[in-house]
Amino acid sequence: MNYIFIFFLLISFVCAIINNRLDVVVDAILNSSQKSVEIAFGLIGIMGFWLGIVNIAKKSGLMDLISKIIKKPLCLIFPDLKNNNEALSNIALNISANALGLANAATPFGVRAMENMQKDNKDKTSATNSMCTFLAINTAGFQIVPAVVLAILTANGMKNPTQIILPTLIVTSVSFICALVFSKILERFFK
Amino acid sequence: MIEFLNNLSVCILPFIICVILIHALYKKAPAYESFTQGAQEGFKIAIKIIPYLIAIMACTAAFRASGAIDVITNILKPILDYFRIPIETTIIMLTRSMSGSATLGVLADIINQSGVDSYATKLASVITGSSETTFYVVSVYFGAIGIKKFRHALLVGILADIAGLILAVWVCSIFFL
Repeated sequence: MNYIFIFFLLISFVCAIINNRLDVVVDAILNSSQKSVEIAFGLIGIMGFWLGIVNIAKKSGLMDLISKIIKKPLCLIFPDLKNNNEALSNIALNISANALGLANAATPFGVRAMENMQKDNKDKTSATNSMCTFLAINTAGFQIVPAVVLAILTANGMKNPTQIILPTLIVTSVSFICALVFSKILERFFK
Repeated sequence: MIEFLNNLSVCILPFIICVILIHALYKKAPAYESFTQGAQEGFKIAIKIIPYLIAIMACTAAFRASGAIDVITNILKPILDYFRIPIETTIIMLTRSMSGSATLGVLADIINQSGVDSYATKLASVITGSSETTFYVVSVYFGAIGIKKFRHALLVGILADIAGLILAVWVCSIFFL
């Protein structure tokens, strides 16, 4: 991550000098820094609400129930989490919320799942295999219906917006599987 | 169809909440106490992810503003023409992993320029709908628990995005060309 950070910024400055856009780049950096704080603060309310709801489910024992049902299939993907019921049920909730296109609800579940995995992590600054696999699933962005895109297309008056659902579903499913496979292969090479 | 799906996604959140609340009632669990206790975490997590979010968003914003994307587009032009990929869609391919709001902006731009029923719009829609903002997801999830060594996580995300892009181009050419 260290090198990516340095590399990205340096390349940007070099390109900016070539394209004579140094002022634009500096503006962009400062604006986006400001915006990331706004995004983080914007998350507080939604996160708070869902973490509250999830905590009820945890305290009432519903989470254990969910984790019992989905334990077997999920353990195939996350072998390290055999004894981490809470992480498994949060992962299940995160994947289902994402699949339904509820990104706002999915993030708190995902963060909770990460915290649950972090508990058993020996080196707290380094990601475990399960964390990377879980992240890969999330970055692949599997969803059954691309609600936001459909809304934009409908608003712009596309004749038949539903035609994009099937191709999108095919692409997102395959890249979901790719993410899983890549993560399983690459985890051996990164210690 | 869309209306049905919209109705479905509107119903799902209340449904989940109701199931959780009814189960709590049935088990006589302290719902209000648990809720407020859990909600406290929202603030802590948001504060924790800020530094990571700033780092990643500043990087990607600088990259986009620098014109590096135009350079890449020009280099790739012969390949794009060969695969009949509309040149407008390369911007969305390159921004998809970096910024969610920028991607939606680019999508709106493509709709404006090429028309809502054009091939470029369809391809851009499939790309937008089938992927997630990889850099944002990594910074939020790893930021929340203070992970600094990402190992293969980012590489896997980017490789899966590339696989998704190639597939999107292929599937769209079958469906829409």
